[in-house]
Amino acid sequence: MQKDWPLWEVFIRSKQGLDHKHVGSLHAADAQMAIENARDVYTRRMEGVSIWVVESQHIHASNPDDAASLYDPANDKVYRHPTFYELPDELKHM
Amino acid sequence: MSVHELETLFQDKVDKEIKIEPKDWMPEKYRKTLIRQISQHAHSEIVGMLPEGNWITRAPSLKRKAALLAKVQDEAGHGLYLYSAAETLGISREEMLEQLHNGTAKYSSIFNYPTLAWADIGAIGWLVDGAAIMNQVPLCRTSFGPYARAMVRVCKEESFHQRQGFEILLTLSKGNEAQQRMAQDAINRWWWPSVMMFGPKDDESPNTLQSMKWKIKRFTNDELRQKFIDVCAEQVKFLGLMLPDADLKWNEERGHYDFGKINWDEFWQVVNGNGPCNKQRLDARRKAHDEGEWVRQAAVAYAEKKKMKATMVAA
Repeated sequence: MQKDWPLWEVFIRSKQGLDHKHVGSLHAADAQMAIENARDVYTRRMEGVSIWVVESQHIHASNPDDAASLYDPANDKVYRHPTFYELPDELKHM
Repeated sequence: MSVHELETLFQDKVDKEIKIEPKDWMPEKYRKTLIRQISQHAHSEIVGMLPEGNWITRAPSLKRKAALLAKVQDEAGHGLYLYSAAETLGISREEMLEQLHNGTAKYSSIFNYPTLAWADIGAIGWLVDGAAIMNQVPLCRTSFGPYARAMVRVCKEESFHQRQGFEILLTLSKGNEAQQRMAQDAINRWWWPSVMMFGPKDDESPNTLQSMKWKIKRFTNDELRQKFIDVCAEQVKFLGLMLPDADLKWNEERGHYDFGKINWDEFWQVVNGNGPCNKQRLDARRKAHDEGEWVRQAAVAYAEKKKMKATMVAA
């Protein structure tokens, strides 16, 4: 039996000025076909103005099991948020 | 961590409405249940193209033809979203297609009924897509992230399907006597199979309880079925037509419509492969797959050739 075509992750910019966002994946023989298929599968109703495709095997991901230690350094630094600082209510535009 | 602890953590996340993503730990049975459900769902979208495709070349106007083509193309897209979601659970596209083609995987039984007249396209849009939407809207909140995201996309597109179907029936219902008869006949044939789309009764649906606990399902089969019947019983009035159920009656006390007995024998017959079109549908899928083999091979060969040329230029 013929093996599946490689898997590609699809990212779409919905309009100028916004980030490309992951929308899903599809199989295609090469990058050009992946873009053409992505157009047909993910932008039939003008959902995008630009498409990125990346072969899934090239994506490196963090391990969800490591989440606790990976994000721990950010966990206790409330002073990184503007609300940490107490200022008079009368103070405007800050 | 022991499996028991992992299971507790998992259920805790589900209870807190935290979505489960592909790489998160999950009970094996959760994975299996989802693979079965999502792949069946994907197969249904793909097989669902066949009864409607039957009418593309015979649609009564260019407008109807364009709409039907777009709808069938959407079904293909829905199938692809869902196959991709299932693949994140570790099953390959190839395996899923194999299961469809050798009959181990099921698809929605509704697609084993024939589309005999143009009005059937209207009835499918209104009733079959209507029932599908009733099922799918709660699935947008299902606990597995990729499935939920695929369903959001599907639901956005599905509402045009139902509206185009109802409009076909509405147009026919305002037409001549023959057109009205055709519309009524289509509703007569599609009503009960649509009611059965929600699956067996709750007390005969052994997986429901576990699926509800895992928040794969949000409502039981009977709850969704009742909701569907309540909605359709009102909508049919706009058509000046009837649902083929003599026992259909508003029940003030329950706040729901009562309805007649469902022919579960027929349901199981069709599920088990003895519906009017089971063989025809599977044959068509297998034929399309087999005859597409050379295209898949040619695309790979072409991609390899281009890659080789690019390396040669670079060197």
